Amino acid sequence: MQFWIIQGLNSLSLGGLLFLLSSGFSLIFGLMRLANLTHGAFFMLGTYFGATALRSYSGLNIWVTALGAGIAVAAIGGLFERLVLTRLKTNPLGQVLVTLGMSFIISDACLLLWGGDSIPVPTPQNLQAPTRVFGFVFPTYRLVLVGCALAAAIALYFLLERTRLGAMIRAGVDDSQMARAVGIPVSNLFTIVFCLGSGIAGAGGVLGGPILSAYPGLDGDMLPLALIVVILGGIGSLLGSFIGSFIIGFIYTFGTALFPELAYIILFLPMIFVIAFRPQGLFGRVAA
Amino acid sequence: MKWIAAATPLAALLLLLPSFAGDFYVNLASQIFIAAIFALSLNLLVGYGGMTSLGHASYLGVAAYLSALLTSRYGLGHGPAAIITITGTTAMAACFGIIALRATGLGFLMITLALSQVLWGLAYRMSAVTNGDNGMAGLTRPMPFGISLDSPASFYWFALVVTSIAFVMMAIFVSSSFGSSLKGVRDQPRRMAALGFNPWMIRWITFIYAGFWGGVSGLLYVYYNKYIHPTSLSTTSSAEALLGVIAGGSGTLGGPVVGAALVLLLKNYASAYIERWNMLLGLVFLFIVLVLPTGIVPGFTKLMTGLRRGSR
Repeated sequence: MQFWIIQGLNSLSLGGLLFLLSSGFSLIFGLMRLANLTHGAFFMLGTYFGATALRSYSGLNIWVTALGAGIAVAAIGGLFERLVLTRLKTNPLGQVLVTLGMSFIISDACLLLWGGDSIPVPTPQNLQAPTRVFGFVFPTYRLVLVGCALAAAIALYFLLERTRLGAMIRAGVDDSQMARAVGIPVSNLFTIVFCLGSGIAGAGGVLGGPILSAYPGLDGDMLPLALIVVILGGIGSLLGSFIGSFIIGFIYTFGTALFPELAYIILFLPMIFVIAFRPQGLFGRVAA
Repeated sequence: MKWIAAATPLAALLLLLPSFAGDFYVNLASQIFIAAIFALSLNLLVGYGGMTSLGHASYLGVAAYLSALLTSRYGLGHGPAAIITITGTTAMAACFGIIALRATGLGFLMITLALSQVLWGLAYRMSAVTNGDNGMAGLTRPMPFGISLDSPASFYWFALVVTSIAFVMMAIFVSSSFGSSLKGVRDQPRRMAALGFNPWMIRWITFIYAGFWGGVSGLLYVYYNKYIHPTSLSTTSSAEALLGVIAGGSGTLGGPVVGAALVLLLKNYASAYIERWNMLLGLVFLFIVLVLPTGIVPGFTKLMTGLRRGSR
């Protein structure tokens, strides 16, 4: 019983982390029709920024760090979008290849700057004490992470559904040519959404740091998870990436706990199942 | 007749290379052959089928691992091991094709990438089978018809024969009527469907065929290196091949060979001076896509026809 509850809570926290990773990917794909393969590298960059900041200034608050790293990664993402991706508007394959090249550059730069050893990220002091859930001891930080993901989901929902910017983004997702025709600056939206998506990934990287720690190859571990989540949940759908994150969180956690060597295969079964019967994903409107 | 005049000196040069070049260059040429088969097979998907796969390393890696496991762990001879390996890899391509071809375009790319990442993760983590990060060492080369392939020259000729067969087989494939329908499906899937073709089936057969030759290149790869490590299944490995295809010129027969040779030479020479191969690879990607989007071979052909017209 204890095993199931503890692993269940672990699954929730991994799901929350995956949502922070995949929501940005899904958002970017939805608007720009771009599979941003740099996304895992942005997440890793956030983790490294967080690790450096939190280890050098012990008094630093993790939320402030996450915000700062998010802004820094968003700025890098914005520059990349403005300088490179906009030149390749008519060449979707070229865009994907460029994001792949960029991910190699970032991950190699991280290896150069931070070395090959894994760098643990300290858990915030006030969240180090464990919490008792149904009489079971559980790390508080992981629960807080679930709360973060929920807060991010609600914030993104309001941004997309209740604001003028969100309305413009939705118009761009549905029909970007028509949106241009009625005077919506879709090119600027691309930059904003790319910054937003990479920023969430960067901030998520900091928040995931205490659980994952920063190590070379983190990008390669996270990117497929993001891909699986959005393929499962439906590309461009916020609800899809939310539900998909938690499904994958559960499957990955229980898979690793019960069948450690096969966890990677088990992870793929739901994706294959969904692709076979619903190629557009659980909540997607159109196939990729 | 013109191409025979051009091909004869090239064939003679390739045949006689080990007689005047040193071992280092002979080995380099063998590696280029392996990379060329790999890039050519990927080009069937990318160039002729319009299916950009980011998981082609799966076939190279799985074939290499299968052959390594069968010969070293289960003590099979190289002949039966090679047959099982190629059959197994082709069967895997058929399964992966069923999954990945549910989508086209970016969805296809993402699914192939995800599938190959799973295999990479498996190779790393199932250390009881694959020996994990240590890789599998101490493998042997086969002895076809009793000829040892252990010297650089003999392996070079072996690789040359296999590569020539592969090149001709893939050239026949794309210039056949099936190849034409493949190009039709790439450009106008709906019209082809309206004409009574089955686009899915055409793509799937191509996918399997590409997986088959990917497996062949993997077999050569493991014979050459006598060692296999999870990195040969990594995204970097798939990306190197894709870069070769695109740098050389996708959808041409010569392009992937030129591109694969360039990537391999760059990797060999650059790694002698700098450690940062991945960063260089990323920069080359940016450069090729931004500056030379159609690739070297089409660009060169265009330049030549332009010059010829200019001189007239």
